[in-house]
Amino acid sequence: MPKLTIDGIEVEVDPGLTVLQACETIGVEIPRFCYHERLSVAGNCRMCLVEMEKAPKPIASCAMPAADGMVIRTNTPLVQKARKGVMEFLLINHPLDCPICDQGGECDLQDQAMAYGFDRGRFHENKRAVQEKYFGPLIKTIMTRCIHCTRCVRFATEVGGVEELGATGRGEHLEIGTYVEKALNSELSGNMIDLCPVGALTSKPYAFVARSWELQKTESIDVLDAVGSNIRVDSRGREVLRVLPRLHEQVNEEWISDKARFAYDGLKRQRLDRPYLRRDGKLRPASWTEAFAAIAERIRGVSGDRIAAIAGDLMDVEAMFALKELMGALGSPHLDCRQDGAKIDPARRAGYLFNTTIAGVEQADACLLIGTNPRREAPLINARLRKRYLQGGLKVGVIGPQSDLTYRTETLGAGPETLAEIADGRHPFAEVLKQAKRPMLILGMGALARPDGAAVLALARRVAEACGMVREDWNGFNMLHTAAARVGGLEVGFVPEAGGRDLNGILDGAGKGEIEVVYLLGADEIDTSRLGNAFVIYQGHHGDAGAHRADVILPGAAYTEKSGTYVNTEGRVQQTRLAVFPPGEAREDWTIVRALSDVLGRKLPYDNLPQLRQRLFEFNERFQRLDAVVPANWGAFGANGAVDGAAFRTPIENFYMTDPISRASETMAACTQIYVLGEQGGDEQGMTGTNG
Amino acid sequence: MSVSNSDVVAQPTSFAFSPDNLARAQTIIGHYPADRKASAVLGLLDLAQRQSGGWLPRAAMDYVAELLEMAPIRVYEVATFYSMFNLKPVGKFHIQVCRTTPCWLRGSDDLTQSCKKKLGIGLHEVTADGMFSLIEVECLGACVNAPMVQINDDYYEDLDPARLEAVLDALARGEKPSIGSQTGRQGSAPANGQKTHAAEGGGQAGE
Ligand code: SF4
Ligand code: FES
Ligand code: FES
Repeated sequence: MPKLTIDGIEVEVDPGLTVLQACETIGVEIPRFCYHERLSVAGNCRMCLVEMEKAPKPIASCAMPAADGMVIRTNTPLVQKARKGVMEFLLINHPLDCPICDQGGECDLQDQAMAYGFDRGRFHENKRAVQEKYFGPLIKTIMTRCIHCTRCVRFATEVGGVEELGATGRGEHLEIGTYVEKALNSELSGNMIDLCPVGALTSKPYAFVARSWELQKTESIDVLDAVGSNIRVDSRGREVLRVLPRLHEQVNEEWISDKARFAYDGLKRQRLDRPYLRRDGKLRPASWTEAFAAIAERIRGVSGDRIAAIAGDLMDVEAMFALKELMGALGSPHLDCRQDGAKIDPARRAGYLFNTTIAGVEQADACLLIGTNPRREAPLINARLRKRYLQGGLKVGVIGPQSDLTYRTETLGAGPETLAEIADGRHPFAEVLKQAKRPMLILGMGALARPDGAAVLALARRVAEACGMVREDWNGFNMLHTAAARVGGLEVGFVPEAGGRDLNGILDGAGKGEIEVVYLLGADEIDTSRLGNAFVIYQGHHGDAGAHRADVILPGAAYTEKSGTYVNTEGRVQQTRLAVFPPGEAREDWTIVRALSDVLGRKLPYDNLPQLRQRLFEFNERFQRLDAVVPANWGAFGANGAVDGAAFRTPIENFYMTDPISRASETMAACTQIYVLGEQGGDEQGMTGTNG
Repeated sequence: MSVSNSDVVAQPTSFAFSPDNLARAQTIIGHYPADRKASAVLGLLDLAQRQSGGWLPRAAMDYVAELLEMAPIRVYEVATFYSMFNLKPVGKFHIQVCRTTPCWLRGSDDLTQSCKKKLGIGLHEVTADGMFSLIEVECLGACVNAPMVQINDDYYEDLDPARLEAVLDALARGEKPSIGSQTGRQGSAPANGQKTHAAEGGGQAGE
């Protein structure tokens, strides 16, 4: 371990660290622009210069490996002068347009110019101006502000896996762009906005909306996929103005997907802000009392056996738990949280979790993807796979539809037969998995949401067992969920009770008139035409498919408007926090169920959230262990049976629109048009940011 | 040469190496380890530029990218970095006037001016008949014989406007003017006569 002296302090650091990192270990701050700990080292901005004994001139600390016996000084006049010089050069061509720049207040250049810069400029020539580039509907560019740190280029190439961005030209003519005009096709592109140390790349939907210091910042969890990315919700008054990532090494590192970041405008549109009642075939505004009364009247005398409930993709654990208890009180065994009809076996926890854990992916050396497209279903898990792939030695086989996952994959087959071949060791990839030290498989909803799903699940379990994926120290069996609510729903047991119907049974029953009342708890992705003449109660926050079919609408709260528990695909328990209040008369979801239970004469035994959570903890103590991943025991799950030959399909066709929130978002609609439907956009050609 | 995205140039839709060039390309690629194919990018771009009449259409860059298994943007970066790659069509004779200090002190501005006047074009333009194009470049390493220009692969040195015009006329007539110094001086020997006694007969070769 190299031992070096930094500003007179002796430190011993891990081998392989750079001087800059060594300085950080003892809290010595080194200014930087191009260096970023998750990207390769570029060493091109020179802001990190420090003095090294015996070196004739200052060295770039981000690119210099820490070595034994080095004597580093970071606070000498020479270093200060070097920083001033670098700042002055950087500012030669940087416009002084901070008052109209969206980065103002959270700009590295601004901050470092204040802290380390020269107090005036000596450059009196004309500054250069660079044409704006078209980066798609999410990123606004003002390339005149670019300082060529190439963080965005390295991010797109390394993390995003889309090698489309580069630095063309040289010297004064160096420009960052795609060279050939095109929208950057990455579902992680928004992260470049955070990475850009200046205001060259900013958020297009957030342009000129607010200053960072005006915003209320609330730490929360994203629910638009099952990853459970940690986010920060920035709001002002009653409006969410933007969503940013929060660091969580085990989950999303410091990235989030473009859907998590940009779908927030959907929170304002098509909202259900008051109860509605269907009268004479039309939904009409009603009061809470009227809505509850209508439900009570319809349910009176209906036996529990003729009532059913389906929970949707965005629901919090508390609401599902409360509704489950209410259904129990009403005597109904018919509940299901698997609204896509996936044949997940709720009895065995290891059978529905991402057991390897997201961070664990980095240890795998072979991976089998079954009926899943992680790039669309969970971009951050895909980014982990790519990260692992870039370290070398990861073999990935795919059963199901093919697409570019940003790393090399091998197509093995289309459907269950190939899976059976691997399970029986008749397929060459079985050998690859067996030879691997830490093999894993990812089973997607595309393989389970089909009639033979239970048999496919059992097959996948056989593959895991036959290929040595399940051991004391390693569990390579992973289910990749597409919905944030799913694991939570399974853990609270929002599944058919003994003798109860599952999703298909409920829909069939409703069609045949055997089920008279269906409670849709934010369930919008079901085939509502199969509900027949059933009396439909829809509780949720958006006027989406479920609300259109409803007879009574109970307006609920979106994830930014409540404190809700969610369990991600790994089984990690996390909580959202209230950032803004629900609109109009909408209420937090569990309180609606609680209020309704009172009207129905089946009052649930809690009056506030702590009481509800207490009961939840008693039901399942894991909900108490925030942020913990509790490993699950292995055992049998799935059902042996015949599989049919049909190919697996992709559960998500359009990454940008998967739920009521993103379907209501104009930004996501614009992305759909450009990235999914392939239309071209671009209207800022020729501007430079100096056009006034 | 840097071309920003707004420079619209009519681009051919496809490009492929001729059999000869493909063979040359394979030789160049063979100079590098198999997993470092990208190292061959400069050589291949040069071949492609020659085959395309002195400039690099985007199709050619994409073709090279494909051949070397590189992302196209990585090839664009290289092609835009080096001023020797032309990203717009050039004339049959592509004149590069050196304008760095030694040449400039010795009259490179006059060379540019006379080219412009004689050919009726400005910098970065091509004559209507497609014969000549003109650009200014930085030091080409022949400062001792300044001022100088490079036309296609050849250097013409010790120029003044009249001598340069003579060269251009000869090229236009289809002749091959002699390359190197246009005043007849040998190599980079002093411009104003010998500075040693050797050639006067007093000394001996090798002194
Ligand atoms: S656009 Fe931003 S991140 Fe990209 S090179 Fe320029 S300053 Fe760096
Ligand atoms: S941070 Fe070291 S050169 Fe940019
Ligand atoms: S200055 Fe013209 S060749 Fe060097």
